[in-house]
Amino acid sequence: MTATTLTASDAAAAPDERTLPLKTRLQRAERRKKLLHLALIAPLAVFLLLTFLWPIGALLKRSVDNPEVVGGLPATAAALAHWNGQGLPPASALAVFVKEMEGARGSTELASAAKRLNTEMTGYRSLIMKTARSLPLPDGSNLQEGLAAIDPRWGETRTWQVMARAGQPYTSYYLLAALDHAVDADGAIVAATEDQAIYLDVLGRTFWMSLVVTLCCLVLGFPLAYLLTSLPTRSSNLLMILVLLPFWTSILVRVASWIVLLQSGGLVNQALQALGLIDEPLQLVFNRLGVYIAMTHILLPFMILPLYSVMKGISPIYLRAAQSLGCPPFQSFWKVYFPQTLPGVFAGSLLVFILSMGYYITPALLGGPQEQMASYFIAFYTNETINWGMAAALSTVLLGATLLLYVVYSRYAGQGRNAAKAR
Amino acid sequence: MHALKTIALAVCGILSCSSAMASELTLISFGGTNQKAQDKAFYQPFMKTSGNKILPGEYNGEQARVKAMVEARKVTWDVVEVESPELARGCEEGLYEKLDYSKIGGKDEFIGKAVTDCGIGFFVWSTLLAYNADKLKAAPASWADFWDLKKFPGKRGMRKGAKFTLEIALLADGVKPDQVYKLLATKEGTDRAFKKLDQIKGSIQWWEAGAQPPQMLAAGDVVMSSAYNGRIATAQKEGKNLKMVWGGNIYDVESYAIPKGAPNRDLAYKYLQFSSKAENQQVFSGEIPYGPTNLKAAKGMPAQIAAELPTSAANIASALPSNTQFWVEHGEELEQRFNSWAAK
Repeated sequence: MTATTLTASDAAAAPDERTLPLKTRLQRAERRKKLLHLALIAPLAVFLLLTFLWPIGALLKRSVDNPEVVGGLPATAAALAHWNGQGLPPASALAVFVKEMEGARGSTELASAAKRLNTEMTGYRSLIMKTARSLPLPDGSNLQEGLAAIDPRWGETRTWQVMARAGQPYTSYYLLAALDHAVDADGAIVAATEDQAIYLDVLGRTFWMSLVVTLCCLVLGFPLAYLLTSLPTRSSNLLMILVLLPFWTSILVRVASWIVLLQSGGLVNQALQALGLIDEPLQLVFNRLGVYIAMTHILLPFMILPLYSVMKGISPIYLRAAQSLGCPPFQSFWKVYFPQTLPGVFAGSLLVFILSMGYYITPALLGGPQEQMASYFIAFYTNETINWGMAAALSTVLLGATLLLYVVYSRYAGQGRNAAKAR
Repeated sequence: MHALKTIALAVCGILSCSSAMASELTLISFGGTNQKAQDKAFYQPFMKTSGNKILPGEYNGEQARVKAMVEARKVTWDVVEVESPELARGCEEGLYEKLDYSKIGGKDEFIGKAVTDCGIGFFVWSTLLAYNADKLKAAPASWADFWDLKKFPGKRGMRKGAKFTLEIALLADGVKPDQVYKLLATKEGTDRAFKKLDQIKGSIQWWEAGAQPPQMLAAGDVVMSSAYNGRIATAQKEGKNLKMVWGGNIYDVESYAIPKGAPNRDLAYKYLQFSSKAENQQVFSGEIPYGPTNLKAAKGMPAQIAAELPTSAANIASALPSNTQFWVEHGEELEQRFNSWAAK
């Protein structure tokens, strides 16, 4: 072995020195080829950059972006940046604030600054609006007293601390809120009170529900994929069409039909009652069970297809060999067949899990408030309250959690795959 | 030639040639039976008298869509139906045009709540208690009965959200309508509302779209529900035995607004003027029992229709007017607390 390798490399080295131009020519040809390849994939790369990387980057930026107060009251924000946060801001900063408020009265920039301040401290919106209406102060009056006369809250340190914090160009407010935390008056990070805390629960629930759906899909999909590979082509093709059929139906239609089937006067309950199995209709929908049923049904093809493609490539000879060598049927399945399907199991599970994480419409229509996953709240902030910072922060947290899980998972799955190969 | 025209039209559609289609008014509403009533009372006669076309569209109140259009300076909507808090917020943030009332007919023509800077109210609607008279032996009379699980066993429907749910809880707890918002603005008040909701939490089935309550009531999924009066009236017309309780109803105004930078502003004003006329609002109230905002419309209304409206003297007597400013201010905080409460 070693000998042949040596002679081969000798042979390769010898003509190499003599015909240097050929090498250069070869290199040139290679380079041209590479450029051509790059040119061919350039549209795809540009497409991905524009439709995938750029929006995600914009989203990440939006979750820390804090333009409202800087845009609405720029001079005040700058003046408060030098304030130490103790007592009340110096008279010079107050003067800047009063002057700027007078100029900004009625502007949309001031309104969005007020809205932003209101998210940190309820009541700030009306405070700003009221103050803008009440200005200017009488000539020569003390600014501090004048503002406090309009509203006593201007005499409180906290009011100014909130404005100073919201006046920075970037903020951790949304990301912390998405993790049920906030910055308190002293600048320390504290957990949200129990009646305001929600997102960590929601995140945990999103993971848990996705996991259950993935397991359900695996348990149902594995035997079906196996059946598909072992049936004769004609019947397996028919079965495959049945698996793919739901793909061609709108997801809304499928969800709506599950409501019809599962509701308390629905077909399933009627059938069970007619058979005498139950007396009272079962609560099958508008709870977690309904969401699991519908999501498993919708995502099942995503599990079956990768499993099927892997199983199709496994030669039946191995199983027969194992059995002819005296291995019992279950043992031969578990020790010989199953490890070979692992790549399909991993691919299918990952696909289903990641799709489940982003599910919105099915839980929204088939679940109660306890079933809503992270995307429900992202949609809530995007559409209803137009708090895009919060929506972006929740998306960022979901993206981060998914990526983290993916890293852990791919390491584990990689080991599993190597183990399967070693066997 | 025909094919060429089609292509030209298609290209025009993609590039949205506003100049060529200047006489088309894009009008977005919430759809459903409400839109059908608008079509009969406003769209059709407007198209006939003015010769302009109306392109009706639907949305679900998502202000994000208006914001995205206005920010991108590619506004395609001319007139939008908006609820009060969204209108107030959108107006401050510059999503909607400040209205010139001289082009509509003057502010004095309308009830006070209908006149705002950026929108003109075109009907008054109510959230009230509705029940299925086939399923309940006794008739509930108030929100307090809504909480009485012993006398009226079964599930109750409520809108999934803090708005109106908290008001209803306080009304059921015996708070006078004029005290509700004063109380809700305090920590004790909201605590009290959530505590009251805790009592029936297990029996609540939440709904999101206005079409759901009549459906849930008719199917027997719930025995009573909070609902919009117009939807229940429509179900009654279809022969369902649903009843309404007007005591403690919460009413609000629905408005038309013009997004900033709308392509056909002048035509939009013409439409606003048309839909604000007393005679047209009367037709609308006859189609769906929502109250008119034009003061003159109330006077000439047939007594039978008038009795069913949120604006009738009997119905408005014990009613709670929804406080727009309160929800603009406290909305975000209370909705989050509600979500957190509901998810536990």
